[in-house]
Amino acid sequence: MHPTEVVHHHKQTNTGVDDRKLGMWILIISECFLFGTLITNFLIHKKSVKPGTPGGIDVFDIEITTWSTFVLLMSSVAMVLALQACKNRALRPFQFWTFLVALGGLIFLGFQYYEFSHFLHNDFGFTTNLFASSFFLLTGCHGLHVLVGTLWLSTIGITSLIRGDRWFSPVSVEIAGLYWHFVDVVWIVIFTVVYLYIYL
Amino acid sequence: MATYLPKTGILSWLTTVDHKKIGILYGASAFFFLIFGGIEALLMRTQLILPNLELISAQTYNGLVTMHGTTMIFLFLMPLISAFFNFMIPLMIGAPDVAYPRMNALSFWVFLFGGLLLNYSFIAGQVPQVGWFAYANLTSKTYTPDHSVDFWILGIQIVGLASLISSINFFVTILNMRCKGMSLLKMPIFIWASMITQVLLFLSLPVITIALVMITADRTFGTGFFDPGLGGSVVMWQHLFWIFGHPEVYILILPAMGIVSEIIPVFSRKPLFGYPVMVYSVTAIGFLGFAVWAHHMFTTGLGPWASTFFSLATMMISVPTGMKIFNWISTLWGGQIRFTTAHLFAISFVAMFTIGGLSGIMHASPPIDYHQHDTYFVVAHFHYVLYGGAVMGLFGGIYYWFPKFFGRLLSERLGRWQFWLYMIGFNLTFFPMHFLGLQGMPRRNFTYAPDQGWEFWNIVSSIGAYITAVGALLFAFNVIYSLLRGQKSGPDPWDGRTLEWSLESPPPEYNFAAAPHVNQVDDWWHQKYVDGKKVSPPYQPTQPDSPPHLPNPSFWPLVLAIGVTLLATGFFFSTTGIYISGFGALVIIIAAYGWSYETP
Repeated sequence: MHPTEVVHHHKQTNTGVDDRKLGMWILIISECFLFGTLITNFLIHKKSVKPGTPGGIDVFDIEITTWSTFVLLMSSVAMVLALQACKNRALRPFQFWTFLVALGGLIFLGFQYYEFSHFLHNDFGFTTNLFASSFFLLTGCHGLHVLVGTLWLSTIGITSLIRGDRWFSPVSVEIAGLYWHFVDVVWIVIFTVVYLYIYL
Repeated sequence: MATYLPKTGILSWLTTVDHKKIGILYGASAFFFLIFGGIEALLMRTQLILPNLELISAQTYNGLVTMHGTTMIFLFLMPLISAFFNFMIPLMIGAPDVAYPRMNALSFWVFLFGGLLLNYSFIAGQVPQVGWFAYANLTSKTYTPDHSVDFWILGIQIVGLASLISSINFFVTILNMRCKGMSLLKMPIFIWASMITQVLLFLSLPVITIALVMITADRTFGTGFFDPGLGGSVVMWQHLFWIFGHPEVYILILPAMGIVSEIIPVFSRKPLFGYPVMVYSVTAIGFLGFAVWAHHMFTTGLGPWASTFFSLATMMISVPTGMKIFNWISTLWGGQIRFTTAHLFAISFVAMFTIGGLSGIMHASPPIDYHQHDTYFVVAHFHYVLYGGAVMGLFGGIYYWFPKFFGRLLSERLGRWQFWLYMIGFNLTFFPMHFLGLQGMPRRNFTYAPDQGWEFWNIVSSIGAYITAVGALLFAFNVIYSLLRGQKSGPDPWDGRTLEWSLESPPPEYNFAAAPHVNQVDDWWHQKYVDGKKVSPPYQPTQPDSPPHLPNPSFWPLVLAIGVTLLATGFFFSTTGIYISGFGALVIIIAAYGWSYETP
């Protein structure tokens, strides 16, 4: 393997956008339809709570979710700074911010794990009612995306520890960043539609 | 790590990332699955040849209906189209390969394993019997307690993943890798059709992905998304399925339209009539294709407003489609027409597709649809569109580009025989279904009573199917014979118009020795003809100046596809399933890391 090759390998494209970056944008457009379907399904079943079973208002803990939302949003700020550091070829700050992003994702996942087990403990499970099924399908799918992003960014961080900053072109980091910001934006929609809307 | 992998032999095919080899793999798999889909069709037509026959049971018949539809759409048409995308897109836009060669290999292996998993249902003796649209609540645990529906759900899920990967790949390839001078409105029309098809794919597939996850959840974990008893809705499935399913129909027809738009100008020796209008109409069809899904659902009782909207949107599609038909006819008009086999298939596409389009406009009207819904009239309609249309167009493409694939021409004499057997067989099979449908013969029933007056046209229809089967065998013979003994084609056997004909046949692994540069649509033609007089085209180097940088072969795509398949297989086992799926996930992760760290 020749780690240095990747940095200098730059291909001219018709659009001027890197192939992989354009691919990530297309994936994000496609993912909009994926989450769009899940969110629509959730909205359809917003009131599908069988009598005698808990609904969202009974189990949601808005304070905890607000904190985990805050952590996820701040991780996006760290992502911006990580990319900036990568562009400046400042290895240490790059590693610091990258691991901070991954840590943010990990904390978010921890909150989600706590939240889910708290729900299960209160008889609010995947098959309790359609509201719950739609909720777990939507937030679970988002959680899976956070997990992938966390793995991705940790891998970038660890690889840079082993190989140094010459291994990563800013565009590789930027693509991971695009994905991370998208997952964040989806969470903002989920937070509004799922957690805040039920209080109206 | 992968640099020592060989360039020939079995191992080279398992690890190849060359778009031309992957295209051939796609084409070969498509015809492998066509054997299944075709035998299923012939069994059904044999069962229906006379009233009250019991050659096969009603249950087997349901399985055949389901697997015939699913196989022909997902395992024959889509991979055959993908074969053209793979082989032709880089050659026609003057690119060395696709944007992500390893992703390309991945999508092929994922597709192949998905198709095999779906057909494994025959070996397991649990054939899906729910129709290619798998309407809820037939798919529920109550009505299908065995694993037959799981084969369908997971098979389609995997095949869908393959299409999603390849759609992103081809879209980026077309947008980013065109040669110098090829602005969007100078692309060959097949490339335009391909590009719009990719958009339809990556926008519609996520919807079916989620819908399939929802049935999986209903069946595996006991949720009630499609169970009215638990507050779910069966109509919801129909919406989700057709939001994907209707664009899917255009995914099948647009590439065939693109191929036909390449063939007709070449064999009429005229440029395509109304090129920009063709571009706008293909875009308009793609756009409107997302606004018509509920015309499959008029009889569910959507209410007057929804029915009116979807009816009008559906009728509106006939405007861009009609423009295309007139443009093809105008291209032929006054041309120096050569009736090669490819051209015969292309012209038959225009005629057959027009018939299918006209019957489509009929049931765009809800009151008429109420009468025609679930009868053989609808079967006639979509076979005219997808068989008389898409399949005939794709056969035209095979006869047209076969010399580019393999360097040898298909036999024209055998080709003409196949064409007429197909044309006569197809029309004998499906035209009578219009009559049968209007007389009220319902689709998907395994037999019918003798006193309905349906016997005659059913006999005719079945005879037509056998005639088509003879044509298919002749095609298989033609391919084998021509691969071995076919006439050598040379680089440009048809006096073509687009860039691929400037290359030798089959093209070298690196495609273009020197990056091409185009000035206009049909640039290759204008290099050969100036003011209608033949000139010798400018010197084309056949050897690149410096050794070309080609992507290394890789076995990670194959490993990753095996991981995906294992992940899905876990759903068939109730206790050990979680370990099998977990192992599959592990294989995926290992492959993803191996992939990221190897030198592409």
